[in-house]
Amino acid sequence: MNEVSDTARFSTMEEPNIVEIRRIIQKRASITGYAFAFPATLLLAVIILLPIAIVIFLSATDYTLGALNWSFVGLTNYEKLLSDAVFWRSIKNTFLYVVIVVPGSVGLAFLLALLVHERVHTKRLYEIIFFLPVTGTLVAMAIVWQFLLHSRVGPVNLLLLENGFERIGFFTDPNLAMISLAMIGIWQLIGFNLILFLAGLAAIPKDIYDAAALDGVDGGIDKLARITWPLLGPTTMFVTITTSITAFQVFDTVAVLTKGGPRGSTDVLLYQAYLEGFQYFEIGYAACLTLVFLTFILLLSLVQVRFFDKRVHY
Amino acid sequence: MATPFRSSNADSDVLLNKAKTTPAGGARLFKRIGAHTALLIMAAIVLLPFIWMLMTSLKDPTEIFDTPFSLRFDWEKGVENYIGAFNAVPMITFMINGTVVVLGILMVQLVTSIGAAYALAKIEFRGKSILFAFVVFALCIPVQVPALPLYLGLANLGLLNTYFALMFPWFLSAFAIFLFRQFFKSFPDEIISAARLDGFTEFEIVTRLVLPSAKPAIAAFSIFSITAHWNDLYWPLIVINTVDYMTPPLGMMYFRDAEAGTNYGMLMAAAAIITTPLLLMFLFAQRQFIQGITMTGFK
Repeated sequence: MNEVSDTARFSTMEEPNIVEIRRIIQKRASITGYAFAFPATLLLAVIILLPIAIVIFLSATDYTLGALNWSFVGLTNYEKLLSDAVFWRSIKNTFLYVVIVVPGSVGLAFLLALLVHERVHTKRLYEIIFFLPVTGTLVAMAIVWQFLLHSRVGPVNLLLLENGFERIGFFTDPNLAMISLAMIGIWQLIGFNLILFLAGLAAIPKDIYDAAALDGVDGGIDKLARITWPLLGPTTMFVTITTSITAFQVFDTVAVLTKGGPRGSTDVLLYQAYLEGFQYFEIGYAACLTLVFLTFILLLSLVQVRFFDKRVHY
Repeated sequence: MATPFRSSNADSDVLLNKAKTTPAGGARLFKRIGAHTALLIMAAIVLLPFIWMLMTSLKDPTEIFDTPFSLRFDWEKGVENYIGAFNAVPMITFMINGTVVVLGILMVQLVTSIGAAYALAKIEFRGKSILFAFVVFALCIPVQVPALPLYLGLANLGLLNTYFALMFPWFLSAFAIFLFRQFFKSFPDEIISAARLDGFTEFEIVTRLVLPSAKPAIAAFSIFSITAHWNDLYWPLIVINTVDYMTPPLGMMYFRDAEAGTNYGMLMAAAAIITTPLLLMFLFAQRQFIQGITMTGFK
């Protein structure tokens, strides 16, 4: 049938059998390979690849849901987008959120990790406490925050009033609303980042500290600056990118608490895309916004994947 | 046991060694007190909404406004709030919907991703590297990207407001494929070749040899998946607009809007009801939760 088995047949009695069996097994295996991978591959095509192609296509049309005709409009949607003040506002708001949440949640998680790592008996307890917001349903907890920070009946404002301060409109003041949402974002992400930092800290061998102590590296600050911080570099990098991707996708708290308001101050990119696509049914324009979103996410992911590859291989 | 499957255990051993160093002297004590104070303050802030939720859910509406900070709880009122939350909206339906959706998604994800992950890790076939490249690509794509076409497709097929619509975009988990592939790769090839020669089918090799060794990864992924989809708001918000198919987060929003903030006791009771299943799961399976995060690093 094939060269290998034909020549092999002349040499001994056993070999052709083994070669033949190997070949059959190999062939069977590769068919099995396709069979095993098929369902996921099909879903990958239908759920991810095809829709992305369609989004690109839609972004060049003026399609609106329910419309009888639509036509190609080329780059008109993109032109509209670039001259749309609402779009630029949503970009600005999204970046403001990211710029607060990333350093806030990464920095606090790092500091907390240093403290929690030193604990012996209470380590587990602190891990659990800080991780609770990660598991708590964000929509429900956001509504609790809404009550806590309510401008009239919220206990935080009641306390402020009682102590002679003025009320703070956490969600009603356009200058504050985004910051309030970012605080909730930090609250929710700290636990996740803390766990990653703790894993990073646990991976630093104790010998390094001992050796460094012999070399005169002593005292908390010294150790932190010269050993812990540099060795945690990769973890910090990783946590920062992951958090950026998560923060960039802020949606839940906006949809539940502010709906983009007051006066558009919390209108973020994903919320804009949601409104255009699923409330106003401006599909073509929404597809455009989606592609802008996709571009940002892919840029961040590119950094992450390259970084992750490095980490896997060494 | 330093099998390649349990690298995180080695980490915690290092941790235990480190913990043995005992602080000595006044400065150390001072440092310890400082650390505890900082941790306790942060813990209090992080726990504040949970505590406030429970406190308020056990109070009479008038008390909530008159003496919001009092620690006197009216258990009868509390029970009334919780029963009220169950009656004001179809809370049980929300919980059942959440459970159905979360388990349905998980089952399909496990079946499709374990197959694909095994093929990618251990079987040679043409197009394998392309498939893997697509998996890595899909790993980066949040649901908001394919959302428009998926919505239009489901709408055209008349499938909006169904369990299928809630579950469909999640049937493929690139994350699961990626994670399981990593795990399967470290499974010894010799064992698989031996099993093949012994007449095991590939299906048997997966179910009887490879899967048992990947239990930690499967547990970690399951918890991750359940958490993500119980809590998801974006997709249900798009494909569901009838109360019958609302998931817990949608139901929570619906309840808040219906109550219009008049009855905070009941609202907080509803929040507590919706958050409790996952919090309980977390408390019972902390190790898997935390391992899951460290094992993968990925979200």
